[in-house]
Amino acid sequence: MRAMVYRGPYKIRVEEKPMPALEHPNDAIVRVTLAAICGSDLHLYHGMMPDTRIGHTFGHEFIGVVEQIGSSVQNLQVGDRVMVPFNIFCGSCWFCARGLFSNCHNVNPNATAVGGIYGYSHTTGGYDGGQAEFVRVPFADVGPVRIPDWMHDEDAVLLTDAAATGYFGAQLGEIVEGDTVTVLGAGPVGLIAAQSAWLMGAGRVIVVDHLQERLEKARTMAYAETLNYDEYDDVVVELKKRTDYLGADVVIEAVGAEADGNLTQQITGPKLKLQGGSATALNWAIDGVRKGGTVSVVGAYGPIPNAVKFGDALNKGLTLRMNQTPVKRQWPRMFEHVRNGYLTPRDMITHRFPLEQIPEAYHVFSSKLDGCIKPLVVPGAG
Amino acid sequence: MTESSTAGTGIPSAYVRDKRTPPPSSDELRARIPGWGVDLNPADRPSYPKLQYPADTGAHWDFPERQPEKWPRERSIEHAFVTPVFGTAQPPHGLSGVIRRYSYARFSEGRLAHWLLLVAADRVDSAEHRVRSFASGRPDVPATGLRSEFTRGGLRSRRGRSDARHHLLDPVVVAGPWVAVAGAAVMGIRRLTRR
Repeated sequence: MRAMVYRGPYKIRVEEKPMPALEHPNDAIVRVTLAAICGSDLHLYHGMMPDTRIGHTFGHEFIGVVEQIGSSVQNLQVGDRVMVPFNIFCGSCWFCARGLFSNCHNVNPNATAVGGIYGYSHTTGGYDGGQAEFVRVPFADVGPVRIPDWMHDEDAVLLTDAAATGYFGAQLGEIVEGDTVTVLGAGPVGLIAAQSAWLMGAGRVIVVDHLQERLEKARTMAYAETLNYDEYDDVVVELKKRTDYLGADVVIEAVGAEADGNLTQQITGPKLKLQGGSATALNWAIDGVRKGGTVSVVGAYGPIPNAVKFGDALNKGLTLRMNQTPVKRQWPRMFEHVRNGYLTPRDMITHRFPLEQIPEAYHVFSSKLDGCIKPLVVPGAG
Repeated sequence: MTESSTAGTGIPSAYVRDKRTPPPSSDELRARIPGWGVDLNPADRPSYPKLQYPADTGAHWDFPERQPEKWPRERSIEHAFVTPVFGTAQPPHGLSGVIRRYSYARFSEGRLAHWLLLVAADRVDSAEHRVRSFASGRPDVPATGLRSEFTRGGLRSRRGRSDARHHLLDPVVVAGPWVAVAGAAVMGIRRLTRR
């Protein structure tokens, strides 16, 4: 089969790989019909996640058709069109039993601090991902869901991670009616977080980024006020001014480990790898929220430490809430919101690349060329 | 829009008891924002409360059947055993595999040494494959996807963006190790030929 393959930092290509095999009675093999590149894939692409092995296939946002099922699979049949949450989870461990699907303890021998994720290095279990023609899907009775007939494939693929993570991020903010909510990052997660903040009763939503096309999308898709940090000497001061010197009640950090906005953080983190990444957005969240406020973190960070202003979080009495998203838990409600037009994930898609052009797709997305907000990958096309 | 310092005093909200500029009314927000307030009740959101027990996860086992181990699977020593299901994507191999196995066997996830050894193994893995790629006749290139710089407006897209400053460093980060290896090779050859 054809698959995206990691060859080292900044290097990927498409190769022939062996077909994935059923390795457990509850496995399924899914033929991928549509995949996406996630902002967190860029951390792998830039060589920032430990134990990313040469030959790994990335991709944790995908939908497809069930091609093969293991002997114990009861809930799926060959030929079913399915959407697959980015979490791999057993449904029965201490954590899954409590709804913490992203923290499953039965799927990742490499680490206890994170559950299983498709195509996200051996730190999350060593599973090849869905930027390929076929993918192994463990616990087929637990994770995948048949795509509802009314749902657009492009909405379905975004619900497997980016959209669900934005919605989850707004929930972590514990928004109450009338809150001022600041969303850091107008990427795919931030845009849905901004839409979701309104659903939870926000009185104001301010989205911060520096890319014009993304800020424009935040205004048109999420009805948000926007702040371009390139236009200000100090974004935190501007946030304070805009909130009458209080700070926002809630800040949602939807950027993660490669945040722009501070050259020192960029050079010591993503470029020289002297720390786990660039924690600029997290520091802006801590400084930009009001005292006693809540910071929700859904941007992705790895296991290596980052330079974070923890003292400010302590002294301000902040509530910090974060997790990888337990995707499937979001779906029933999100399906209603998508059907009603309250959440519009596919509005953010800007590019569609055939699998064979995935090296270009990564470069365009990584460097934010051509107004790229969200690229999809289509196996078998072109 | 700004929650301006108000009430004629010039004193911003942060310095007095109440917010001086109330948010727009719920009716106004409902009229302007599709779906405003449909998840208003915090007790009725999908991930609240945190320890909500799902009714049915689809699992029909207490503990999953164990996936066969085709090689001794490396695992975190914070785990009691190899988890019943695991990825088999890229088994450890070569010198990088030795480093990875040592890192997993010796250090817990709480130790920075664990992660730094894995990062070191990643770079060794990369070098091992680079050598192998030259032998295979399909050599790795320093970076991929660069054609899009010309086809997708590399210069135009970056105009006026602050991150363009550190993009200038990317060629250094990417090409640096290649230049260093090439330099070392040249120096080594010169030293040998002088003998």
